[in-house]
This record gives sequence, structure tokens and C-alpha cells, in this order.
Amino acid sequence: MANVLVFAETRNGEIRKVALEAVTAARKLADATGGGEVHAVLAGPPGIGEKAPLLGTYGADVVLVSESADFARFARESLAATMAERARSGGYRAVVLGFSAQGRDLGPRVAARLDAPIATDVIDLSAAGDTITVKHPAYANKVIMTLAISGSPVVISVRPSAFTAVQAPKAARVDTLVPVAAQGATVTVVDVKEGAKGRPDLGEASIIVSGGRGLKAPENFKLVEALADAFGNAAVGATRAVTDDGWRPHSDQIGQTGRQVSPDLYVALGISGAIQHLAGMRTSRTIVAINKDKEAPIFKVADYGIVGDVIEILPVLTAAVKAAREGH
Amino acid sequence: MKIAVCMKRTPDSESRFKIAASSTAIDETGLKFDMDDFAGYAVEAALQLNEKAGGGETVVYAVGPDNVQETLRKAMSMGVDRAVHLKADAVPVDGIAVAKALAAELKTGGYDLILFGKHAFDSSAGVVGTATAELLGLPCITAASQLSVDGGTGSARRELEGAAEILSFPLPAVVTIDEGVARPRYPSLKGIMAAKKKPMETKPAQLGSARVTIQKMELPPERPAGRIIGEGSAAVPELVKLLQNEAKVL
Repeated sequence: MANVLVFAETRNGEIRKVALEAVTAARKLADATGGGEVHAVLAGPPGIGEKAPLLGTYGADVVLVSESADFARFARESLAATMAERARSGGYRAVVLGFSAQGRDLGPRVAARLDAPIATDVIDLSAAGDTITVKHPAYANKVIMTLAISGSPVVISVRPSAFTAVQAPKAARVDTLVPVAAQGATVTVVDVKEGAKGRPDLGEASIIVSGGRGLKAPENFKLVEALADAFGNAAVGATRAVTDDGWRPHSDQIGQTGRQVSPDLYVALGISGAIQHLAGMRTSRTIVAINKDKEAPIFKVADYGIVGDVIEILPVLTAAVKAAREGH
Repeated sequence: MKIAVCMKRTPDSESRFKIAASSTAIDETGLKFDMDDFAGYAVEAALQLNEKAGGGETVVYAVGPDNVQETLRKAMSMGVDRAVHLKADAVPVDGIAVAKALAAELKTGGYDLILFGKHAFDSSAGVVGTATAELLGLPCITAASQLSVDGGTGSARRELEGAAEILSFPLPAVVTIDEGVARPRYPSLKGIMAAKKKPMETKPAQLGSARVTIQKMELPPERPAGRIIGEGSAAVPELVKLLQNEAKVL
């Protein structure tokens, strides 16, 4: 029977949303390949094992708890060695990870160690016979590739938010997985700089409020922040023009060379909609655009567009959103 | 320092794409191909590191058919010293197969640093660089947004979701480059002339077997045509109503 191994990513002692999505994707894959079990590796600092029941809630049959002080930070080599060793000894059909900062590093490492084929940034998957088939957006989301992967095991990383984590409660069996130490020269994490607290990550937020040059000056981003606050748990993004000018950090850039996002709601403020930017957000479920130029390309993709001065409209919109949410 | 940069030739990312009749490739008619954006950042990073170190050698590698030589030549016109063309009919979509060819070639190169783009625009997979590092048994930073070298030690920054890692690593090492490290320079006329005389070595790529293959390529579903609901602040109540009742996101 074909079991699937999942990397249940953690950070700061918490299981990340992308880990639950990976468990859901792994469940789908296990069902498609003959109904095997889903085994989740929960690696983190001592004490992380307490979080194991959450993975059971989302459908993991077995949680393999791997505790090590090194895993308080992203100990890439040791995590890769631990995952690869378990994948090998457990005879799994597939290893599933999230295509997050951690997963995009670990996936190729595990695949190379196992000499396994790998597909990354996957938005859907299925299986027939000995072949696993996945969908993968390529060419900066402008083309969808359907890839056939032969061989076993295979490594698959899933795009954040592409699979909705679904509860499928199980009393997961909990086992201990001894961490495998890194061999040879390794990368040392000297420090981790936490970003602004209180906002979700762009890849995980269901609402993103994003600003461009139309905001006219960096200080006007506080109007964008205020709208994000009004929505509650919204993330704040920016265009490449704005990050290149240093108004916002590079890590906030949404677009072909920055983050690619698909939230439920994307609000584009003073953004003209260059191809570079559209490539990063055109798969958002609902798009709102406010821009003074009614010919701006952003209006071609916006479900709801308002033509006008974003600086003038923003405070009005922020107040209206706040009122609407309080009315609930 | 002796630095290798592995690059890919990809179509201009601003193009409109059509699917070829085979439905397993894009229609290349009329497309402009050039050095991939992230490979460009990697070439620039390599050149700057060696300029700062006051010398060294920079070598570019590419897998692919003969037309990749044009892209390798461009890297040499930017200042890279020599190029190695690993000849293959096409670049497989299987990143491990490509990593095997590069690792086989790089393992005896004696490089202090091997750079890649964090991914290539066309396959958008981000596998080859990190997998090559593993095959070579070298430390690897995936998607560095800052990079510096001091003596035998490298330092890098890497973005996490909502945070950043500050990293240190011993050389030799592999680093895949994110945007932000370096904006590529334009080749000077002098550089273009000099590149014509720089050495280009060609040999067959020792690709691994391809276990990942493209079954189909398609364009994503079109978004419904955009709709302008009004002008100025007066349109805000209507927008909020639509977000509540139609989009149901509020």
C-alpha cells in the first residue's frame, strides 16, 4: 500500500498553515494511489510534539515527532537528511512539502538525496497506474503545465493556498523520529530578523492591500496600512516600482520577480497593472482597483474598478470597510 | 575567486504566450530569447564579487541546443571570462536530470562559489541549483537576497515569509540568487568585441534520465473582463456593497 510522507513545517514552535495544506494534498495523493496512510514529520525544538494532535485533525494517520534544539531554526541540511532517511526506510510512494521558503529549499535537497524526481509549486495532483500527474503554473503563471512523474518515490511541493486544508479528524498515532545530523560543511543561521508583527504573510493572507506609484509618496503607505487594518487580518504588498525606489522592502514586492499571490481579495491602489505586476496577482479570486487613469491595464483584470484619486478615496474606503465590518 | 554561474536561456517574460500545436510546448514564433532574469542577477553578482576581490575567474555554464551559445556569449560580453556549453537537444523539465549534468561537469572545476538564478522563468521550478549543490555535497543557500564573501566565508540573507534569515557558510558553496542582489550591467561595446575572442568550450551534457515530462501545456483561464463601477469617493458605497453581497469577502 502506498503511504505518503509529509513535511509538516513549523516556525517559532507553531505548525504553519502550509503544513496543514500539505497534509490535505498528501491525503488526496494517498487516496489516488490506493488509499495508503499519511505520515507527517513534525520537526521542531523540544516540546513541538505537543502540537501533534493538530495534524491528526487534518488527516494525518501517523505523526513522526522529531525534536532537536537545532530545529528551532531552519536547520536545512539536518532536516533534509532526516526527511530523506525516513522516506528511504519507510518505503513511501511520495514526499509532500509546501512550496514555502522552507519547502522550496528542502524539496530539491530531499529529491537529490533520494535520487527521486521532483515537481514543485504544484496546484493540483492526481494518479493513474504508476504515474503521478500534477499541474504546475510556469512562465510566471502565464502557462499551466501538466507534468507526468514516473518512478517512486516522488517529491512534490504544493503552492501555498492552492489546497484548502480540510479537517478529517483522526486520532493520529504518534511516534518518535530521531533527527539525522548533517554531514560535512553546513550553513549556519546567524540570526532571524522577524518582520513587522501583526500582519499575515503575503502568501498566506486571504486579503492583500497593495500600493503602487499612484500613492505619490512613501508616507502615503500609511493610508494603505489603515485600509489593511480596517479589513482585519490583511497583508500589505507593493509593486516593483515602489520597492525599487525603496518606499517598501523588496520582500513586499508582488509580481513576476517577487511574490506570486492568489488571495480571496486583492486591492490594487494606485497600481497601473504592468505585466510584471499582473503576473504576481492575476489569479486572485476578486480584484479591486483604484486608479486615476481609466485606461490603466489594471482595470482589464479588476472585478470592481473605481476611477479616481487614490489618496482622496482611501480614507473614505477605509471608513466604509470599518463600518461594514462592525455592522456584522 | 573562481566562480561558476549556471544560466538558462528563456523567452522574454513580458511576451504574450501561445501554446504550440503539439500542446506540450509554447509556440516560439516571434519570441525573443535572452539570459533568464535571475541568471542575469547571478552573473552580475559573480562579476561584482570578483571585482571586489581584485581578481579571479568567472565561468558560465548552460545546458541546451546551439542557440544557448548566444546567451553564453552575452555573459562574456558583460565580463565573464569563459563559457562552457553542455550540448543537449533541449533542456529537460526534470530538474534532477539537469542537476546531474551540471554536477558531473562542476565537480572537478575547483570552484569557490557556484551561482544559479533562484529559478528560471520558463519552468518556474527552482530545483536545479539546490539539487546540484546536494549532488556535489556543498553547502547551499536557496534564494539569497544579499550575498557577500570575506576570505573563505560567505554571508547571505534569505527571505522567509514575514522574516529573514541571516546566514553564514564556508566556501566552496552553491548560492541561488533572488532579485535584489545585483542589477545586471549592460554589455559595453568593448565588452561585446572582447567576448568574441573569449573561449567557448562545447561538450555533450550528461543528462540524467527524464522522469518528469510535460504532458500538456495550456493557458490559464481568462479572467472575466474588468468592470469599472464608478468614479471617485462616490463609488465607495457601491464597492463595499459588492464586496459584501457579490464577492462575499467582507
